[in-house]
Amino acid sequence: MRVRVLIRPKEGILDPQGQAVERALPALGYEGVSNVHVGRLVELDVPDGDGDVEARVEEMCERLLANPLIESYEVQSIDD
Amino acid sequence: MSAGGGSIFVVRVGVVVFPGSCDEADAYQAIERAGLEAEYLWHGERNLRGCDAVVIPGGFSYGDYLRAGALARFSPVMEAVSGFALEGGPVLGICNGFQVLCEAGLLPGALLLNESLRFVCRQLHVQVERTDSAFTGACEQGEVLSVPVKHTTGRYFAPDDLLQRLEHEAQVVLRYVPGENPNGSLHDIAGVVNEQRNVMGLMPHPEHATDPLTGSTDGLKLFSSLAVRGATVPA
Repeated sequence: MRVRVLIRPKEGILDPQGQAVERALPALGYEGVSNVHVGRLVELDVPDGDGDVEARVEEMCERLLANPLIESYEVQSIDD
Repeated sequence: MSAGGGSIFVVRVGVVVFPGSCDEADAYQAIERAGLEAEYLWHGERNLRGCDAVVIPGGFSYGDYLRAGALARFSPVMEAVSGFALEGGPVLGICNGFQVLCEAGLLPGALLLNESLRFVCRQLHVQVERTDSAFTGACEQGEVLSVPVKHTTGRYFAPDDLLQRLEHEAQVVLRYVPGENPNGSLHDIAGVVNEQRNVMGLMPHPEHATDPLTGSTDGLKLFSSLAVRGATVPA
């Protein structure tokens, strides 16, 4: 199963990367864009038929792919 | 090792080396300058070879891939370091070592990209908030140390409730002096300890401040604190 994990800075945590991008957009003529956040994307093939894939990916997120103290994550399955 | 009224105890200190570490040689030298024995511990080792304390130096362990410190925590040597730390063994994480200890859950909080998004490299001042920890025992309460910082991911963060607990339990041991916070760390935090006060992490580099030639020898005090405390390390 192909899985995509979206990792974002947790809400309320200062995100200077997002702010920098937000400040750059008006320079290109894109006015009024707000709430810009920069995160990370991880895609992985997880073997099927080995228990609950989603639960295992969740565990991977908690233990390695994200730092739950500072990041939130969202797991999506990618249909081929 | 034997206790003897106020004398300096010789402590053998392991310096962990990951692929991508880069400050291990200065850490090694700082330990020797503090009158202690130093020994390198390669990341693949599964035991600490009888070391009485451990320093995790700065650098870019495992390329800082994913998040700074995130991969290093799974190396064999870190398993040994975790066990050692949980038994009360003194462990100091400097810069990337601090990031590794936070990722490993041995220290509270996390380190984020500097507020400026820039690499900072400068000499600055930190104030010693507490001397009752494994690595600040040789300092004076309130003493100001001149030490360098050099990092991009050094903004200390902890959620509100954790931050309040850290302040309440006096786990903040080093703070940037007012106006010198280089990275946007909450509460100007430069260094913290765990609840048992045997594990410490800091972003500044005390190992680069041990020679008058580079402008300050203040960093030596963190290493000599180990000598003061030598008698209390676990058997």
